[in-house]
Amino acid sequence: MSETIPAKEGPAVTQATLVKKAAPKSDYKPADVSPQRRVQRSFAVRLWSVRHSRLLEWFYAKFADMFLLLHPLWKGIGYGRVEGPIKFVEKRVKGFMFDCRMCGQCILSSTGMSCPMNCPKQLRNGPCGGVRANGNCEVEPDMPCVWVKAWEGSQNMVHSDRILTVQKPVDQSLRETSAWLRVTAQAATAREAAAAAKNGAANTGASA
Amino acid sequence: MIGRQRDENPAGIDLPLEPLPGHTSRGRLERVLRRGEFAVTTELNPPDSADPEDVYNRAKIFDGWVDAINAVDASGANCHMSSVGICALLTRMGYAPIMQIACRDKNRIAIQGDVLGGAAMGVANMLCLTGDGVQAGDQPGAKPVFDLDCMSLLETCRIMRDNGKFLSGRKLTTPPQLFLGAAINPFAPPIDFRPHRLGKKIASGAQFVQSQYCFDVPMFRTYMQKVRDLGYTEKCFILVGVGPLASAKTAKWIRSNVPGIHIPDSVIKRLEGAQDQKKEGKQLCIDIINEVKEVSGVSGVHVMAYRQEEYVAEIVDESGVLKGRQPWKREIRRDDQLVADRLDSILHDDITETQVDMVKTAH
Repeated sequence: MSETIPAKEGPAVTQATLVKKAAPKSDYKPADVSPQRRVQRSFAVRLWSVRHSRLLEWFYAKFADMFLLLHPLWKGIGYGRVEGPIKFVEKRVKGFMFDCRMCGQCILSSTGMSCPMNCPKQLRNGPCGGVRANGNCEVEPDMPCVWVKAWEGSQNMVHSDRILTVQKPVDQSLRETSAWLRVTAQAATAREAAAAAKNGAANTGASA
Repeated sequence: MIGRQRDENPAGIDLPLEPLPGHTSRGRLERVLRRGEFAVTTELNPPDSADPEDVYNRAKIFDGWVDAINAVDASGANCHMSSVGICALLTRMGYAPIMQIACRDKNRIAIQGDVLGGAAMGVANMLCLTGDGVQAGDQPGAKPVFDLDCMSLLETCRIMRDNGKFLSGRKLTTPPQLFLGAAINPFAPPIDFRPHRLGKKIASGAQFVQSQYCFDVPMFRTYMQKVRDLGYTEKCFILVGVGPLASAKTAKWIRSNVPGIHIPDSVIKRLEGAQDQKKEGKQLCIDIINEVKEVSGVSGVHVMAYRQEEYVAEIVDESGVLKGRQPWKREIRRDDQLVADRLDSILHDDITETQVDMVKTAH
């Protein structure tokens, strides 16, 4: 925390300065920004998504219902077999809309439609203490902080308190899998379990 | 004075204290805070060496002035002696370290192992942090890990302590007894979210929090008002981060180079106007302590005096926050004195005793 205060006397050089000085001098410095450097430099679509978080929240809810309706179809073909094509579409659609990183456990509806995996520290529970005064990222000075945007986006949404739930750590084994299918499969299982419990209760009631 | 101090195990200074009802750890810091005393913590500047004396010499500066010492985990992403190592040394000598754990360098497997190891060495307090990005430090080419974030780290520690289980669900034979801490920064955007974030941290298991440097007291008051309204001050001890600024130049440098530290213009103006800027920086720190200690819900201060460690004692003394109380101090105990008396002769007198002589003196 207090690490960064410079030396009081001029000649006392920190190791960081030495490393910087020792680095080769040239015009081309690809490694000058951060190790989490990304290719794209424009955040327009991502910011549009955050601004329209309420609309997207509504759309996403409908979309999830539709996916659940198609559950018999997915089951018929086999979830394993549809995984490939669905992932292909999901990756591109969410990649365009939210700069999705395919963590496989989407929590966009809890983070104001701002993907937390775009945070260089991949924080899933709120901003770190290093957010710049202008609301930009500490690691990538040009990028608006993912969590400043998440807070703005969440305040427009119907379920604005979802941002307050504590998220579990990312399960790295789910990377590059379809979150849409997983959520659908889980919802279907839950629905079937509920129906089975109801039937079971009715049966025991009838037999008693 | 030779005798037992208040929070000390009579069987040995390095041993954990008697468990008390309502306490989750067997450490000194939790006792001080739960007694309602104004706690003082500080940060040990970690050495770039393998010499244990470096750690002891740096800890000695704070003797009798602080309740706990933060052992930083490569703060600012600069490489130093590890926090586990510093804690191992400090606990041996009876100090109460706060072991910082940053998510930057270790994944969940390493972190859970360190929590157990630290607790086994007698570390009672652990501070769960996200950690600075690697680009901030001296090894920007390192791989940033960030497997957990500070919130899931807190929850992991809490699960280990309360449920006696690893994150995977595997059982621990002896769970660690910990007082869990976290960091807060009320001075960075999104300002509205910050109090709620503290709430999330409390829900994840934070029992005390240390704040980032506070130079803007009105801003801190607004934050605390919101925190009190949400009822978080009853669930968590809040320690305000303070520290002396060496000069106006340093202050400006920090403001433009260290994200997350907010220094208002008035502070810089005050430093620039002073004859002796270093002295003024110290005075400013004391003034801020005097202001924040009156804010309701504040349970202590965390004095961060990087490369000005010698001022910590003066700052604590002159601000009078201890109200005459003296925190635990390493001192000669009765048995140490006994050993010294008995063995003194070996060190200084050059006598060769035969067994016959020994028998005579023994009778």
